[in-house]
Amino acid sequence: MALLDIFGRDKAPKSANVAKERLKIIVAHERNARNAPDYLPALQNEILNVIRKYVEIEQDQLLIDINDDGNCSILEVNVNLPK
Amino acid sequence: MASIIVVTSGKGGVGKTTTSAAVSMGLAQAGYRTVVIDFDIGLRNLDIIMNCERRVVYDFVNVIQGDANLNQALIKDKRCDQLFILPASQTRDKEALTKEGVKAVLDELTQTFDYIICDSPAGIEHGAQMALHYADEALVVTNPEVSSVRDSDRILGILQSKSHRAENGLPPVKERLLITRFDPSRVAKGEMLSIQDIEEILAVPLLGIIPESQAVLNASNNGTPVILDIKSDAGQAYQDTVARLLGEERPHRFLEAQKKGLFQRVFGG
Repeated sequence: MALLDIFGRDKAPKSANVAKERLKIIVAHERNARNAPDYLPALQNEILNVIRKYVEIEQDQLLIDINDDGNCSILEVNVNLPK
Repeated sequence: MASIIVVTSGKGGVGKTTTSAAVSMGLAQAGYRTVVIDFDIGLRNLDIIMNCERRVVYDFVNVIQGDANLNQALIKDKRCDQLFILPASQTRDKEALTKEGVKAVLDELTQTFDYIICDSPAGIEHGAQMALHYADEALVVTNPEVSSVRDSDRILGILQSKSHRAENGLPPVKERLLITRFDPSRVAKGEMLSIQDIEEILAVPLLGIIPESQAVLNASNNGTPVILDIKSDAGQAYQDTVARLLGEERPHRFLEAQKKGLFQRVFGG
């Protein structure tokens, strides 16, 4: 096994890097959600239903965040439409 | 006036009780009068890690409910006369802990102790929130693994919003990161998050790194806090951690993978 490691090295991305990238995204998302108003999940659901009137998308294709930008808050809606 | 330190993590099984036992023993050995409280009501384990499970008569909930006074419930450690253990109740549920009850016990302890270590249960529910509520400092115990890091971030959020200090606009709880079960050889292979990765994600100052070590299981088998195993890597790492907690500057150790011999490299293992 160790011999094979030496010759066939570095084909797949290192799992530690994958872990780091996944964590950065989820932690940033959850930190935003922590300070988010209570109506956010309901808002997300309604936006999802409006979009679905026109295009069928999966739930995870809609990302919604509220970012505090000093004197105002920015509602960020990210929708991935299927091709 | 005691310093109240909560040992917390969100995730279970990362080393909170091991750390509570080691750190409290380390502080007591340094001459500070220290009490370590088990907040894991219903699942007490600090007593067995500290080898005093057969000496428990009264517990934390008995004291809160007035069935016993503190002196009856505190167990004096047989190895260090500066260290006392306040065991959790094994029979009642976590709701028996009230903010007022916890505060009354901490207020009494703070009169005569230098350090109060609160060993938190896993999770983010009532028991964990009670353990961290009155903390001045928090040791966030994290394994280099995705679920543990994520849960640590969650508990940091609770420290920043639901602790007594946060709710009353006092200076925030001093947060410090303790990375446990660290394996530098796996980091070198790209199989484990590095210290820098975890620091970058959690953005909390690093207090210590405890290497993955066989000494930890041996210590718990024997009911000896691993910090007393001074020959072991984990024991030494906890000694460094306690020294840093007391303000001493010490470089981090056990960051390099042990070199493997040619035989091991060719045949693995």
